[in-house]
Amino acid sequence: MGSFDLLMQGFEAALTPTNLLYACIGVLLGTAVGVLPGIGPAMTLALLLPITYSVEPASALIMFAGIYYGGMYGGSTTSILLNTPGESSSVVTAIEGNKMAKSGRAAQALATAAIGSFVAGTIGTLLLVLFAPSVAEQVVKLGNPSNFALMVLALFAVTAVLGNSRLRGFIALFIGLAIGLVGTETGQPRLTFGSPLLADGIDIVVVAVAIFAIGEALWVASHLRRRPLDIIPVGQPWMNRDDWGRSWKPWLRGTALGFPFGALPAGGAELPTFLSYITERRLSKKPEEFGRGAIEGVAGPEAANNASAAGTLVPLLAIGLPTTATAAVMLLAFQSYGIQTGPELFDTQPGLVWALLASLFIGNALLLVLNLPLAPLWAKLLQIPRPYLYAGILFFASLGAYSVNFQWFDLLILLILGLLGLAMRRFGIPVLPLIIGVILGPRMEDQLTKSLAISSGDVSTLWGEPVAVIVYVVIGAALAFIVGNGIRTLSRNNNQKKVSA
Amino acid sequence: MTTTQHPPAEPSEVRVVDKAQYALAAAIGVAGAYVIYDATTLRKGFADQPVQPYAVPYVVGVALVLLAVLLAVATARGDVAESEEGEDVDLTQGSDWVTVGKLIAVFVLNLALISWLGWAITGALLFAGTAHVLGARSIVRSLAIGVVLSVGTWYGFYSGLGLAIPAGILDGVL
Repeated sequence: MGSFDLLMQGFEAALTPTNLLYACIGVLLGTAVGVLPGIGPAMTLALLLPITYSVEPASALIMFAGIYYGGMYGGSTTSILLNTPGESSSVVTAIEGNKMAKSGRAAQALATAAIGSFVAGTIGTLLLVLFAPSVAEQVVKLGNPSNFALMVLALFAVTAVLGNSRLRGFIALFIGLAIGLVGTETGQPRLTFGSPLLADGIDIVVVAVAIFAIGEALWVASHLRRRPLDIIPVGQPWMNRDDWGRSWKPWLRGTALGFPFGALPAGGAELPTFLSYITERRLSKKPEEFGRGAIEGVAGPEAANNASAAGTLVPLLAIGLPTTATAAVMLLAFQSYGIQTGPELFDTQPGLVWALLASLFIGNALLLVLNLPLAPLWAKLLQIPRPYLYAGILFFASLGAYSVNFQWFDLLILLILGLLGLAMRRFGIPVLPLIIGVILGPRMEDQLTKSLAISSGDVSTLWGEPVAVIVYVVIGAALAFIVGNGIRTLSRNNNQKKVSA
Repeated sequence: MTTTQHPPAEPSEVRVVDKAQYALAAAIGVAGAYVIYDATTLRKGFADQPVQPYAVPYVVGVALVLLAVLLAVATARGDVAESEEGEDVDLTQGSDWVTVGKLIAVFVLNLALISWLGWAITGALLFAGTAHVLGARSIVRSLAIGVVLSVGTWYGFYSGLGLAIPAGILDGVL
């Protein structure tokens, strides 16, 4: 059966009244929580994860797709209407978006962001449908050594390529790997401190909620802004002919930039949104408007952001590798249903995957239909008193962690890891490598064990497959480049010191 | 969620040393040392187990200790952390660790009492307490919202999701 037929079946599954209702709830919840300051898409998903526990897997994933796109759209609303972006991916949108809002064009900024998100999300999902099954088909043929190599690549990429302090990236990664060690997976208790409660390991949901929500709430509490931010009032989003004319090309260019970056292991949204901004500024007929609220500067990066979000679903669904914080939480949702993620997903759970893919299209469309008229309402959410907002985050985070097992012990772990999250924010240690480390660490050990079991202990099996060799060459080249770069900067700094001395 | 994108600070004339970062380095080093210690307590697994249970912990522990040393060296050389920014974060003011301490206290109260009193009560206290610490003016209003939220989530989980959150002393009342 071709992809098209499967997708149509997916639509059939996703368009039942019940599932459509879940999609609507997901989009509304996702947008509402995403608009709230201090809550990004990853935290939105982590906080709403418990809601999906007792819902049927297909319905829950459909709701999740809505939350995913809704949370992202909500984040961009916040960055346009407030002048401080909460997400690294919407930093660029905020540059021109907030300038537009200040000069009375908030409605147009929100409209181009919403429609651009829809265009990019739809094209991105289409590309996802085209690529993910064929990628999975290839990956499923790979042996354990290649899978191990791909995981090493993913860990290396999120740690060494993203972020601006590699030392801190690796610190986060190894703390994550250490957390992943806890438990009796290998037959003996590791790092359980003699407690039977830790025998099953630390629930990743608790880790995610602690690091994202508790860490963030405590960090904000330690630096709470005393003066409220200026919020720009907004009416119904709309665009005139001229705005449309200036927006459609940036939308398409942003999509073209965003999707491939998202699909790469070290993609993320930071680089493509930034590249899109530079491209639009260079191509603009009115470059003088940039820095004063150019609509192209909102349309392009916002499209790039959404297209890259669709792109990150390629490695997630086709290989089982999460490459962004949001994708990592999505993976947790799969795991909480006992669904084995990886290239087999398309074979073992076709109904589920195609319903999810179909609901991505539906969620995207719903987002546009619901959010344009609701924008003034969302803007009101920004005025929520901060004490209630952060008390609410702590409340729902506690509920989320407690609902995993209904044990006070999980709340203790939540607090301890929350304090870790606080320290990470204080010391500028990135969160993503830690989360990916917790998720991938145990799976890597498993792949390593399987590889060596098949080769009966012969280590050379690890580079015995062509794909593995290629992956290690790529990692080696990147390492050489990083080290070379580091030495060059060091010697330059030393030279400068000598000159200035 | 990620660190903000700022150009690295220009090397200034006065070398600033972030002393708290030494504490972080020490904590990472201790954690690494404990991971190594824990690995030494593991017995050799089955003969056909190609990756012994202690193999990965050794790697992780040694890496943590190494990274702790590197962080300490970097700190001494004037490496300063870039704290994370956000919508409600104001880094121009000093840190308010008293508030954080009070929040932790409220949180600990919740986890200590939850088995006895149940979520419907401690959840409300958690919300009201943290809101009060964060500067909500009316404690009555915070309590009212807290009760609505905790009882609401209790019934929401019960009837909506079919999950019965342990009711504690309110068992039979809810």
